[in-house]
Amino acid sequence: MPEVVIPIGPQHPALKEPVNFKVVADGEIIVRLELDVSYNHRGIEKAAEQRDFVRVVPLLERVCGICSHSHTTVFVKGIEEAMKLEIPRRAQYIRTIVAELERMHSHLLWLGVAAHEIGFNTLFMWTWRDRELVQDMLEELTGNRVNYGINEVGGVRRDLTPALVKASLDRLPYLAERIAKYTAMASKQRTMLLRFQGVGKLTEAEALKYGAVGPTARASGVDYDVRKDDPYLSYPDVPWKVVTDDHGDVFGRTLVRVGELVESTNIVRHCLENLPEGAIRIQPPRAAPKGEVLSRYEAPRGELVHFIRTNNTDKAERLDIRTPTLANWTSVAVSLVGQNLADIPVVVAAIDPCLSCTSRITIVDPEGAETGTMTWDELRAHGIRFYREREGI
Amino acid sequence: MEPWLLLLYLLVFPGFLFLLTYALFLQYADRKMSARMQARVGPPLLQPFADLVKLLGKEVITPKDVDAKAFGAAPLLAFAAVMTAFLYVPVVGLSPFAFQGDLVLVLYLLTLPTIVLFVVGWLSRNIFATLGGVRAVTQMFIYEVPFFLVLLGPALAAGTWSISEIVAWQADHVWFAVLQPLGLVIALIGLQAKLERTPFDIPEAETEIVAGPWTELTGRRLALMHLTMDVSLVVGSALVAALFLGGPLTPWAIEPAWLSVLVGFGLFLAKTFAVLLVLTTIKMAMGRIRIDQLNDWGWKYLASLAMLQVLAVLLLKGWSLV
Repeated sequence: MPEVVIPIGPQHPALKEPVNFKVVADGEIIVRLELDVSYNHRGIEKAAEQRDFVRVVPLLERVCGICSHSHTTVFVKGIEEAMKLEIPRRAQYIRTIVAELERMHSHLLWLGVAAHEIGFNTLFMWTWRDRELVQDMLEELTGNRVNYGINEVGGVRRDLTPALVKASLDRLPYLAERIAKYTAMASKQRTMLLRFQGVGKLTEAEALKYGAVGPTARASGVDYDVRKDDPYLSYPDVPWKVVTDDHGDVFGRTLVRVGELVESTNIVRHCLENLPEGAIRIQPPRAAPKGEVLSRYEAPRGELVHFIRTNNTDKAERLDIRTPTLANWTSVAVSLVGQNLADIPVVVAAIDPCLSCTSRITIVDPEGAETGTMTWDELRAHGIRFYREREGI
Repeated sequence: MEPWLLLLYLLVFPGFLFLLTYALFLQYADRKMSARMQARVGPPLLQPFADLVKLLGKEVITPKDVDAKAFGAAPLLAFAAVMTAFLYVPVVGLSPFAFQGDLVLVLYLLTLPTIVLFVVGWLSRNIFATLGGVRAVTQMFIYEVPFFLVLLGPALAAGTWSISEIVAWQADHVWFAVLQPLGLVIALIGLQAKLERTPFDIPEAETEIVAGPWTELTGRRLALMHLTMDVSLVVGSALVAALFLGGPLTPWAIEPAWLSVLVGFGLFLAKTFAVLLVLTTIKMAMGRIRIDQLNDWGWKYLASLAMLQVLAVLLLKGWSLV
């Protein structure tokens, strides 16, 4: 066959979120591809700048449907740093428990999606059923399955009663058993090995060069985990290790994620068993002093960064969110070239993309039906013009 | 057989009416077993029938610049082919339409749906459908040779080209599953590939090329194509049951005749169901492999083993051991 252009997305069965690839393929082999991620600009950063620190937390919880806890934790952590608050240890532990449960449900979800991308629907159904256990635990502990609403500036909003702690601890053994089964499957199941090994290869040098983060980077042998390298919450108190792998392919990323599932189970168990006594929140001041904070957090998909500029008010003057998916995108474009057409879904899924959190802005001309992006200078000029017109200068 | 009896055989039992009912039932059994293996509930008994009726009532959309006549005729052709193929497979006793060479006819009629899928894919003028169609024929060239070879094994051993006579031969001797176990395994793998079920659902890989050749099929065309695949499943499993598992005949005579027919029918149901159970388990226990991996594996191992099996049959036959 001659070279053909295959449009994948923004609407496609393999994609749960809008993204567009223009894949140029020679028969079944990918020659090159173009990526377009901006289909769903939601203006959250701007909206966050309009709300005070109490009302902004529920908004940020809705940046992502899976790492909802990540976005609020990284934000309140940054604000607490700006306010120079020391929050109670019990609150830190509760945040850690929810964070690790979130990582577990995210990785179980990912395992199912990866299996679905290679047509292995049985594993997909199994992991999603077991993910329900984690969701049930989250519901018991926080009151919600998705947007937990546990964080606020100064601590957490719900305490864990001894009965809740016991109920959660009782659920862990079965979960650990299922995770052990998936770990065995990930390294033994025949078709998974066939479809994962050697696919979407990313060397350590490439991972560093293209700025990959999270399990994608760790699967290429980059020992980088914010929880270890820039410790926060109660991670320094808990015995755990960073899971790395040097396969560098989808197989490696699977091994890293199932390894992290095991680690997360242990962290949750440790935190539940050693939950310190004391208050769960302190009263924060209303306003944060002038300053700039770069808050980092290891979300399930990798390093999540919130840049916050405060201005002696009760609102953030500027909030910039860098999601892990944005950091990992370039590595996908690189590792797909020369691969099979059939490998696109699984290589894309291997970074666990979360596109709606990543989408920024695209310029659409409705008349000419053309889309494009702005250069930095154009964007700056547009911003200055916009504020001049609004302020009437 | 009387002409009116033949017509009854053709249209009602075990012909078209029974075939359609059984095809929908096997689809139900397949879906229900899959669901239970995946820890789901699965559909109710009449769901396949409801799906069929619903699809038949849906709007038929012909994509722009597509030859509507050819596009509409293609699913009919595939459907007619597999329905015809069923007439030569023994269901209760031996087929009244049997003739020397009906095995070859059935094999070619069973190949038609794949060719039709390629044609549909090509006619659709849709990049996903075209890719899927190309994948469908590529895959066909890989599994078809070993599949045909091992199905000819029983014919060679029994010295006849008629499915019914092969069944009769097994009633006198022993099942070919015992004599040619390798052939049975390869036949099951080939059947799985022919029906485009996981791990061979490469042509319609949902996450890669949407629905492959099926992408632009709508309404009754889609319904017919789905029904074709269901009927293929019945014909394919009945063929494997007839060639390797002794078909509906018992080694000893059963009196009276009506009981013999009943037992034969029961055997047919049990054996086709057993084949389906194996196919469903394979489908549920694996992911999809890539077309290049299938190519390597199919030609290196499947084809070589099939040739070995045929060679073994020919040698044993030459030394008059079987």
